Amino acid sequence: MKDVQFMILRKENFNGFISQLAKTQKVMAPVAKGNKSFVFEEVTSGDQISLKYIPTVLPPKKFFMPQREPLVEFDQAKGLEMQAIVEQEKMVLFGVHTCDLAGIQCLNMVFSERPKDYNYLTRKYKINIIGLGCNEYCDEHASCNLVNANVPNGGYDLFFSDVGDYFIVHINTHAGDEIIEQTKFFEPIAKENMQDLVNLREKKKNIFKNEIPIESRDIAELFDKSFESPVWEEVGERCLSCGNCTNVCPTCYCFDIIDEVNLDLKSGKRYRKWYSCQLDPFALVAGGENFRKSRAARQKHRYYRKFKYPVSKFSRFFCTGCGRCTRTCMAGISLKETLNNLIKERVNKLWIKWL
Amino acid sequence: MDKVAIKDSKYIPKKAQIIKVTQMTPHEKFFHLVLEGGESLDHEPGQFIMVSVVGVGEVPVSVCSSPSRRGSFDLCVRAVGKVTRSLHKLEAGDVIGVRGPYGVGFPIRILEGNDLLIVAGGLGIAPLRSLINYVLDNRRDFGNVHILLGCKSPNDMLFVDELGEWQKRMDVHYECTVDNAAPDWAGNVGLITTLLPGVDIEPERTFAVVVGPPVMYKFVIKELLAKNIPERQILVSFERHMKCGMGKCGRCQIQGIYCCQDGPVFNYEKIKDLSEAF
Repeated sequence: MKDVQFMILRKENFNGFISQLAKTQKVMAPVAKGNKSFVFEEVTSGDQISLKYIPTVLPPKKFFMPQREPLVEFDQAKGLEMQAIVEQEKMVLFGVHTCDLAGIQCLNMVFSERPKDYNYLTRKYKINIIGLGCNEYCDEHASCNLVNANVPNGGYDLFFSDVGDYFIVHINTHAGDEIIEQTKFFEPIAKENMQDLVNLREKKKNIFKNEIPIESRDIAELFDKSFESPVWEEVGERCLSCGNCTNVCPTCYCFDIIDEVNLDLKSGKRYRKWYSCQLDPFALVAGGENFRKSRAARQKHRYYRKFKYPVSKFSRFFCTGCGRCTRTCMAGISLKETLNNLIKERVNKLWIKWL
Repeated sequence: MDKVAIKDSKYIPKKAQIIKVTQMTPHEKFFHLVLEGGESLDHEPGQFIMVSVVGVGEVPVSVCSSPSRRGSFDLCVRAVGKVTRSLHKLEAGDVIGVRGPYGVGFPIRILEGNDLLIVAGGLGIAPLRSLINYVLDNRRDFGNVHILLGCKSPNDMLFVDELGEWQKRMDVHYECTVDNAAPDWAGNVGLITTLLPGVDIEPERTFAVVVGPPVMYKFVIKELLAKNIPERQILVSFERHMKCGMGKCGRCQIQGIYCCQDGPVFNYEKIKDLSEAF
């Protein structure tokens, strides 16, 4: 085993690094679109990339689980032959923040749990991930510290920390090491560089503080006791049932499956596409019963799918604190505000008991 | 973007040929099917499969035949949506796709040696028929068997021939009732709950198995509890929409559980307090 875990990349070499990487495979990175919007899209050189960006409109889940992907191809002309297919592409994701790394880890768990989803897994193995640390909060909507997603917890091949004139790069996997070897721009790390990383981490500890008055270990209990809370009615009153919050969520993976026939009316594809638990027909059954009729019930379901159900099943939160749901909500429903209201309500109840 | 074939995919349906179609009521058809190559479906009573009409879509349908009758399987389908309506247009000889079986069916091994009180409402008889026929094929493994059936009107009655058989058998206690009927109807009229008080059971050794529309559960279970059947001896099966059948798509989720994997058959004791369940 090589004992080189860290290397450095000088900023003047950054453009060259990305350009060279882009020669062998697609490189997807955050690109500014104006109006505080960023998207992950293909880049060919480093100067196209926004190194300082707030979470992209859509999380990188779109590369792992595209909005619409074919599962099966069929052709009735060939005697109903059905062929399972996956669309995949070798690529490097550059600049994935820690919240989105956590989101990808959530999806990995879901789709590698049996029965395994080979469409997802096939694509996953084609994607290399280069993480990028945030040095400060992206905006007031982020709550990554609450769920410990403000620091990297694995899930990347390389991880870049911006320390000013250069990046300190953590090499986490062999695939990451190959990227380093392939692009000759990286230099060995010196002791004083390492000190810069320690200083940066110390500085970040003072910036990333949990602003929600609850410890992450108490969240499960809060949700256990909040199922009947009036907070859900308030949220439901405001919700427009548009499904934006689930589309932009890095861990929402619910889907619909639909058949589409080609113009020959014989061949076609069966597609999987994103679907949202916030839409009215989500829990509707053939008999006409809708098991989550009210918007309040559907919003509550969304929150429970982030903070309660996956904690029991996978022992982790499916909220990464990225703040996208809040940023995108047309009705101004804020995740932090909802959590604060649930906590406030619990505290009030406890006080009443004491008095 | 490269397109590659994956042989491991769980989304590839097997082909099944329709051997016979029978119009049972104005809304329901009965399909008798055989898997390609004579392969066995290998299901448990109460499990479901994903049925594909290629080019139209996929829907979950519970298998209504017993695994004890091997070599073929049956489906009872009500035409309510796009896929089920196109299923109704198919004829003997046509081929459909099936994935599965999926889910947890009726706990046969637990039911053996006990008395059974089977309560079916409407289309609920379809999944229960797989259990009933299994029980009849293995009759001596079970104690007393009561079958109570309720449906809207005599015209909505499914599996009429078989109901007649059950009525004739000395080893089964069968009764049915309809919500509404023409004056010449000789049978019972009233909700299914009207049949329950008259059934003579020993509650401690009776398992009640209830399948029907959501509104039925509340009232039937209340009656069953009134007859002192313990909560853990009441089994129900839920209808939910499903897209994958493999615990991923999220459509059939009831709080933390997935109907497609943890159900569709549930023990009442375990799910009674789940909101969104009934």
